[in-house]
Formats: sequence, C-alpha cells, structure tokens
Amino acid sequence: MLERLPVMLIKEFVQLRRDRWAMFRLIVPMIIQMLVFGYAATFTVSHVSTAVLDLDRSRASRSLISHFVATSRFDVVDVARNQGDITRDIDHGAAVIAVVIHAGFGRRLENGRSAPLQVIVDGTNSNTALIALGYISQIVSRFSAEQAGRAASFRTSVAAPEIGIALQTYPWFNEALEDRWFFIPGVIGTLTLLQIVSLTAFAIVREREAGTLEQIMVSPIRPVEFILGKTVPYFLIGLGDIAMVSSIGIFWFHVPFIGNPLVMLLEASLYLLATLGLGLLLSTFSRTQQQAFALNFFFVNPLYILSGFAFPIASMPKLLQWFTFINPLRYFLVVIRAVFLKGVGLKVLWPDLSAMALLALVMLTVSVLRFRKSLD
Amino acid sequence: MSAGAPAVLAQGLTKRFNSFTAVDHLDLGIEKGEIAGFIGPNGAGKSTTIRMLCGLLHPSEGRASVAGFDVDRQPEAVREHIGYMSQKFSLYGDLTVRENLLFFGGIYRVPRQSFEERMRFAISMAGLEGRENALVRTLAGGWKQRLALGCAILHRPPILFLDEPTSGVEPEARRRFWDLIHELAAQEVTILVSTHYMDEAEYCNRISLIDRGRLIASGTPSELRARRLGGDLFEISCAPLGAAVKVLTGAPGVVEAAIFGDKLHVVLGSGGLGAADLPGFLGRHGIQAGPARRVTPSLEDVFVQLVSGGQKQRSAT
Repeated sequence: MLERLPVMLIKEFVQLRRDRWAMFRLIVPMIIQMLVFGYAATFTVSHVSTAVLDLDRSRASRSLISHFVATSRFDVVDVARNQGDITRDIDHGAAVIAVVIHAGFGRRLENGRSAPLQVIVDGTNSNTALIALGYISQIVSRFSAEQAGRAASFRTSVAAPEIGIALQTYPWFNEALEDRWFFIPGVIGTLTLLQIVSLTAFAIVREREAGTLEQIMVSPIRPVEFILGKTVPYFLIGLGDIAMVSSIGIFWFHVPFIGNPLVMLLEASLYLLATLGLGLLLSTFSRTQQQAFALNFFFVNPLYILSGFAFPIASMPKLLQWFTFINPLRYFLVVIRAVFLKGVGLKVLWPDLSAMALLALVMLTVSVLRFRKSLD
Repeated sequence: MSAGAPAVLAQGLTKRFNSFTAVDHLDLGIEKGEIAGFIGPNGAGKSTTIRMLCGLLHPSEGRASVAGFDVDRQPEAVREHIGYMSQKFSLYGDLTVRENLLFFGGIYRVPRQSFEERMRFAISMAGLEGRENALVRTLAGGWKQRLALGCAILHRPPILFLDEPTSGVEPEARRRFWDLIHELAAQEVTILVSTHYMDEAEYCNRISLIDRGRLIASGTPSELRARRLGGDLFEISCAPLGAAVKVLTGAPGVVEAAIFGDKLHVVLGSGGLGAADLPGFLGRHGIQAGPARRVTPSLEDVFVQLVSGGQKQRSAT
C-alpha cells in the first residue's frame, strides 16, 4: 500500500538537508518571534503618562496626587496650571490620562461629603484606557478608605456603622496573573500554525511550478503515498519546532509546565496533522506560489484572530463564534494552556483533542481526494 | 497489449478549456515500434493531446487507448506502460544525477536486481559517467535532457511520450538525442514525440501535422513532401519580404507566397505569372528581387501550405 513512501521520504529529506537556508528558515524565525512575543506581548499597563491639575491645593488633594506618584503604573509627566494645559497634553499625546482635582475637594471630604474627581482619558487606545481606569479606581478607593478612617476618628457623633466588604482575590493556576503565562503557550500555537501551513502549502506548489509534479503524476505513485511523503517530514519538523519554542517558554520565560508531557505530545501531533491538512488543502487550490501565499494570508490571519489567542471567543458575535469551531488553533490553545498551567489530563481535555483529530482527519482526507493525479 | 493492436489509438479526441477548443476531434493511430512525430506550431494542441494520452487531462469528447487501455477509465494501467518527458524540464535540480535516478526508479518500483544495471545504462546513455554525484541544476541543457530521457525509460516502458524534448537545446545535442530515440525504437519501443522544429520531422517514421487542435495531414515524410502543393515551388531573394508577400498573395497564378528564412517561397500554378516574370513583377511594385529558382518542397513548405489552405477553408465557411 505504501511501498513508494520510503522513496518519497528519502528524496524530501535529501532536498531539505541540501537546502542551505532550510535550517535557518525553520529555526531562527521561530526563536526570534518567541522572544519578541515573550517580552512584548503583555496586557499589563505601566508607566502611563499622566498629567495632573490640582485646583484645590489642599492637604487632601496633595495626598491623592502622592498616591499617583507612588505607583510605577503612572508617570506624572506634567503638573498643569490650568485646563488649557490638560487639553494640550492630551491632544499632543504627551499624556494619556489627566487627573483634575477641582476646588473644594478637600473641604467636601472634611465635611464628610463625597467629592468628585475628574479623570480624562485618551480613549484612542481603548484597551490601555480601560486598564488604566481600573488602576485609578483602585487608587481612589484606597485613598477614600484612608479618608473615611480619618474622618471617623475626628467625628464624635457616631453614625450608623458602615458595612465594609473587602474582596479577597486568589486567582487559581496563575496567582500573580502573569500575562506571559497566558501568552506564551498561545504563541507556541500561532507560530506553529504560521510555519506549518505555509511550509506544506508551498512544498507541493513548488513542485507544481517546477514541473516535477507533472512527472510524478504520470507515474504509478498513489496520491496517499505522495501526500504522506510531503507531510511526514513537516510533521517531524513541526514537532521539533513545538519542542524548541516550548523549551524557550519553560526555561527562559519560566512559564510553569505542570501537565503530562505525553498529553502535550498527543495534542501537538493532532494539531500538526490539522495544520498540515490545511496547508495541503490550500496547495490543492493553488497553481502558483503567489496564489498559495495569498490563500495562506487569507486563512491564517482569521484563524489567529478567531482562536481566543488574544481576544475572548465569548465576546465575539455568534456567527464568528461558530467559525471558531472549525479552527484547530482554538482547541490547541485550550489544551496547551490547560496542560501548561492547570496540569489537567485526557479526562478533561478529550473533547478538544477529539475536535482537533476530527478536523485533521477531514482536511487530510479532502486533500488526498482533491489531489487527483490530473491537471484539470 | 495484444499483438498487432496499435500502441496508441485516438478517435475523435477533443479537449475544450471553457470556450477554447485545444484539441478538435483528433484521430490518431500509432503502430508498435514506430517513431511518430507530432509537428505543429506552439499552441497547436500537441501538449494537450499528449497529456490526454498520459491520463493527465480528461478528454472532453472522444476516446483514446494506450497499450490497449482506455486513458480515461484505466489511467493507472496506462501509467504502468508509459514513459513521459514533459515539455518543461522536470528533474530535481537540487538532487544529484544518481539521486534523481534512484527517485524515479523507486516510484516506478524498478526491480532491485536490475536497478543498478539500468541506472548505469541511463547514465552512460546520457553521457554522464563520472558525474553521477553532480547536482542536476549544474548540468548543461543537453545532458539534463538526456538524463530526463534516462529517467523516463528506467522502468522500460513499451511506449514513450516525449513532449518537445529538444526545445531549447543546441543543434548538436538535438542530433544526439534523436540518435537515442532511434536506438530505443530499434528495441521495439513506440515513441510519440512532439516538436515545432520542422527539420526534426524528417527523423520520424510517420508524422502528423497539427494546427489549431486539428490534424491537417499525416503520413511518412516523403509521402507528405510528394503531395502536390498545387503548383511548383520557387525560391526568390527579395527585399522587403513582407511587402513581397502582400503583393504576391492573390496575384494571378500565385497559389501561395510565404517567407522562408531570409527568402521567399512562392508556389506558382498554371495560367498566370511564370517563374521568369517574378522579378519583374516584384520590381514594378518597388521590390528588389533576384531570379526565381525552382526548389523541392520541404515539410515546412507543405505545412505552411496546409495551414493557409485550412485558414482559407475556415474563412470561407
């Protein structure tokens, strides 16, 4: 059934070994991108440039400002003198956030009344703005708790006792809520997707362009022998790539790996088969490398966006959520994050693993069927 | 393959790509051990026909059998019996001579015991002894092309399809290649070879002239040459050539006028201009011309005439 497979494999490996750039292409971009993602991909917002306008000049207002100065999340870049300064700072991008304390702030607090605080946020980067606002409300609530304590100690008349609810958070699996722990397993999936889909798509199209595919088609080789000959090498390369970037994540970025390596191997294998299948499928629709490139671009970017890598699937419109079900990266991310951080096994992850297996099976079968040995 | 049955047989073979008809009801019969030439200009449908015969393209209409197997229904059986060299050079440039042979021998499952011997034969046939470990992309055109032939016959196919094997190869290498083809034919291999070099037609046992997907004539080279051109053929040196063709086409007694290299070939019928009148006739139209010389028609003359005859017929209908 597969008598010609060894011949195909020998040829593929000899070609790969002889390709002086192959090792470079297969390894260096993966390492560089892993490092770039590891260092740069983070949702943590720090050193937000902040302008401050204190129109109250009271003890309370100075104390509030000192709270902003004390944290590394905000850098006070301008102590403004009037509203015009604030507008200019925001317009010029010198400050992303402006805190305006209006006159009467301190007096209202001393009288035990609530005092408004104005915060102006540059919303062009909505993500940063949202997160910075979260930090501000933390700072402000800490400040008001202090003020309330001080006011209570001054007061002689005892008001109704305030009911205080203190929220104690203990996040599981990632206690420090390190973004890196969330991102790095995901990066392993996205880098592999990019690498493997393009490698396989181009592998067949290149032979088509060179004319060697036509020569192979007139031989008695079976489609499955040819397809396996083209996929097995990239499957092995893919496993090597996943092992390499995972090692960078574990040993360089210290992302904990508490799961079972065998579960990881299984999921990596299923995921690679699915991505290989996608690459093959794209190659059966491409006559030239340009077409393969365009198709690759058309498919890989949406796969990346609709995977839950960075944007939560639950927040997507229903229609797009359905698309995520045929996206192997979606399942890979669930499994790899679980294996890395939660350490859960097959008992929990079988639905996602099965989904990847099914996608792999469908795509590989369709590409073998589509790879008829004919030119029309 | 039963004895006596033609090696290749096509009846009404047609291939349409959308509205374009690349091959138009082609009939073809090639006997075993014959060198059959497919002659015609680029785009005549030669490659498309060969690809249909190899099972690479499905015929839109008609049928064909190769080695007794239907190309559309039994393509795998056909593939076991054929060797094919495509128009595009198609060996792996990043593999060595030996690795290419190992690969193509492997996918045809050449028996182990005869593999070494057949590889040696292919290497010596290509004249590549001592260069077995050279990368194929470093070889010159003639060697590449002979090696491609060697790869195509490693599994000893009884029928060989060669699609423009000599295009882009220097004349000396072309001649050597044709020697190889004759050696193979002597071993009972049936060969269908396409070319747009008219002079190569002379090397074939039988030739089929093809234009715009249609078979316009077939026969041995001498049969085709002996066909009446509808008059006698004269060669004349004149300048400018283009203007001369324009002036002569439709002139009384002129059956055909065509540029042939740097000269003009004119077929003269009876009852019009005579050969002796030609220089004067051209001179009156401001064209300098030497004396007309009678020549024996070549296949190219026949072809040119058949093609323009076909055009006249088509435009008349």
